[in-house]
Amino acid sequence: MAKRIFILLVLAVAVSLWPPSEPQAGDLLLAKVTVPKPAKGKGERCVDDTDFMRRNHMNLLDHQRDETVHSGDRTKRYSLKRCIDCHAVNGEDGAPVTADNPKHFCRTCHDYAAVRVDCFQCHASRPAPGGTAERSVGKSDVAALQSYLRELQQ
Amino acid sequence: MTTRRQFLRNTGAFTATLTGGATLIAFAETQAKSDTGGRKTRWGLLIDVARCPDGCSTCVSACSEENGWGDTGNRLTDAQWIRKVMVTDPQSKLSRSLPVMCQHCAEPPCVDVCPTGASFKRADGIVLVDKHICIGCRYCMMACPYKARSFIHEPLQDQKSHAPRGKGTVESCTLCVHRVDLGRLPACVEACAAAGHDAMLFGDINDPESEISKRIAQHPVRKIRADLGTDPGVSYENL
Amino acid sequence: MKRTVYRELNLSPGLLLILGLLGLVVAAGLGAAWYMEYYGHVVTGMNNQIVWGLPHVFAIFLIVAASGVLNVASLASVFNRALYKPMARLSGLLAISLLAGGLAVLVLDLGRPDRLIVAMTHFNFKSIFAWNIFLYTGFFVIVAAYLFTQMGRGFGRFVRPAGWVAFVWRLALTTGTGSIFGWLVAREAYDAAIMAPLFIAMSLSFGLAVFILFTLRSCALSGREFGQDLLLRLGRLLGLFIAAVLYFTAVQHLTALYASEHRGVEGFLLFGDSIYTTMFWTGQVLIGGVVPLVLVTLPTHGVSRVAIKLASTLVIVGGFVQVYVIVIGGQVYPLALFPGMEVSSSFQDGVIAGYQPSLPEFLLGMGGVALALAIAVIGMKTLRFLPESLGDEAVDLQPEPRTGAVT
Repeated sequence: MAKRIFILLVLAVAVSLWPPSEPQAGDLLLAKVTVPKPAKGKGERCVDDTDFMRRNHMNLLDHQRDETVHSGDRTKRYSLKRCIDCHAVNGEDGAPVTADNPKHFCRTCHDYAAVRVDCFQCHASRPAPGGTAERSVGKSDVAALQSYLRELQQ
Repeated sequence: MTTRRQFLRNTGAFTATLTGGATLIAFAETQAKSDTGGRKTRWGLLIDVARCPDGCSTCVSACSEENGWGDTGNRLTDAQWIRKVMVTDPQSKLSRSLPVMCQHCAEPPCVDVCPTGASFKRADGIVLVDKHICIGCRYCMMACPYKARSFIHEPLQDQKSHAPRGKGTVESCTLCVHRVDLGRLPACVEACAAAGHDAMLFGDINDPESEISKRIAQHPVRKIRADLGTDPGVSYENL
Repeated sequence: MKRTVYRELNLSPGLLLILGLLGLVVAAGLGAAWYMEYYGHVVTGMNNQIVWGLPHVFAIFLIVAASGVLNVASLASVFNRALYKPMARLSGLLAISLLAGGLAVLVLDLGRPDRLIVAMTHFNFKSIFAWNIFLYTGFFVIVAAYLFTQMGRGFGRFVRPAGWVAFVWRLALTTGTGSIFGWLVAREAYDAAIMAPLFIAMSLSFGLAVFILFTLRSCALSGREFGQDLLLRLGRLLGLFIAAVLYFTAVQHLTALYASEHRGVEGFLLFGDSIYTTMFWTGQVLIGGVVPLVLVTLPTHGVSRVAIKLASTLVIVGGFVQVYVIVIGGQVYPLALFPGMEVSSSFQDGVIAGYQPSLPEFLLGMGGVALALAIAVIGMKTLRFLPESLGDEAVDLQPEPRTGAVT
């Protein structure tokens, strides 16, 4: 009997002294890894509330991607292009960094959360050099359209 | 869809204001009508082989420039969305040079065979690969009678933002869907016209009033491998 | 009816060595897959003309053999041949292992193997490929259930119905595999309904050859007997299947030759000066067909164990060559964009494409083979698949009935 009580005591002490594993791991992490501070984007504010975007950007992008590919929805509000344009982070050479660089806007949080995205295997992860990725109808387009239409008339 | 319609209308009005003239307004109206009417739009191309000079590859370089594919030094694995094919009659030795790209079939074999539905046909007839769900099995490349598709064999970076493309997925001519959605012409058609050849005509082949439909109705045209019943959206004149 | 006692393999040093070697090859295959995935398919011999390369040859061979290997079990459960009953469990195990090996190769050769989940959640039901996903997964489930009815206690009455379902399913599966090619209207070398029965005949032949060699080897390694008469019966059956493959191959090519439309591609494959002509006549027809057929149909008393083992080996070699000729040979011949015209372009139009298999492709394929064998060996080690003896006195060597089909 005494032996059993002794074992129980030892167990109880062990359990009470056993450090709760999660907070400890968290403390360790906090000591080494800083909470991400993603760079501020261009302009006054994001296309929606920052809190809303933090929680829902993936759903918005997912929805937009299907709409764009299958139905030809080229609206800009939730387009990945627009995210990339506004949230470009410049590297040491002054040029926007690609997703290969840990400073990349998406990566600052995604690295922290250990969520890997594969957007950038196909999509450019920085604005096209010499202007924004979003291209509007320019003069040359109008000229080309005019010449095409003239041909049609003949 | 509303926004897209609005955009088309705006673009039309914008162009019309710039130049004036009845044709332009008519053009704008056709664009708008194609989206609002009950009749379904089907975008297509008419290629006048007689006006397509041998040795000219303006359309090819325009496409390459627009969509960001091209020569990386690996001839056999590099993508080619559009290519010039030389067709020679073995007896008369008469040759014709013509561009071949995705034919945007009404009955596309690539769409039939795709296991995930990544290869699909849009409501307006444009055949595309949804690279978000393409697993890179390449069965569509086996099934395409036109050899229109390419597989991306290498990692890529800094793609054109309107033409995402990446390693391990299949791609082909999109009929410049990003331009078409904004009421613009495919890059190849635009470049061909700019070079003064005017061998390529883009339009709605389901609209009997469109220029392309009228031309097809007036001239005999051929479709590549019409015998397979794929009903390509690309027609060839004077072949 | 004789009672069969099944026993697990003993964990001998020899078995450990085999498992170790298989593990090494599997690791090499995984390494090759990672290499191809990291650098892209540019490091392989595949290109925009040859989109399916050596890994597909391995995968298709394994998948075809997987369904064929199940035939031994079907003979017992469906066709009531008591002789084959002791080997039915092993036949089921090997079917599952080979399919797993083949599918592993197929999946790891995808452009985006990381998106396997997409293939499992997005289906286009007009695609024979999508159907195959169900045929393959269904095969695993059905054969596993079939094995359970055989190995679980008190499920004996379900063996026959389960055997029937498995038999019908395996026919559907091979029809599906053959139709991947048979339904390709774009390519002249394919686009023929005969692809499905041809693949079924191939599966019977390759599967039985694999089964004979694997079982002989397993018995030899674990010191179990394998009867001479039993082997002769299997050898005769193999002869029948080899003849069936030759027959369907002949019909396939004669039909194509008759249409002047296909004379170009047939002339290239059968009478050209390319490697594929050599592979067809020497590899597929001679080594994989005629020679093994002669070996197993020589006067019975003259047929030795060595002859049947050699015949089985040749069937596997020739079968691999046959799949290679179908998959690669069918792709190197150019598409007819303008039938009757000569074409040329910067995209290899109108020219016979070249294909040089690369080391990673080969390693990936071998990794699949090793994986299949490893699963089978581990299965035999863990559960009672292999009878204590397959000696002639242990199996039911009743005379073969005169009526009724053997297959």
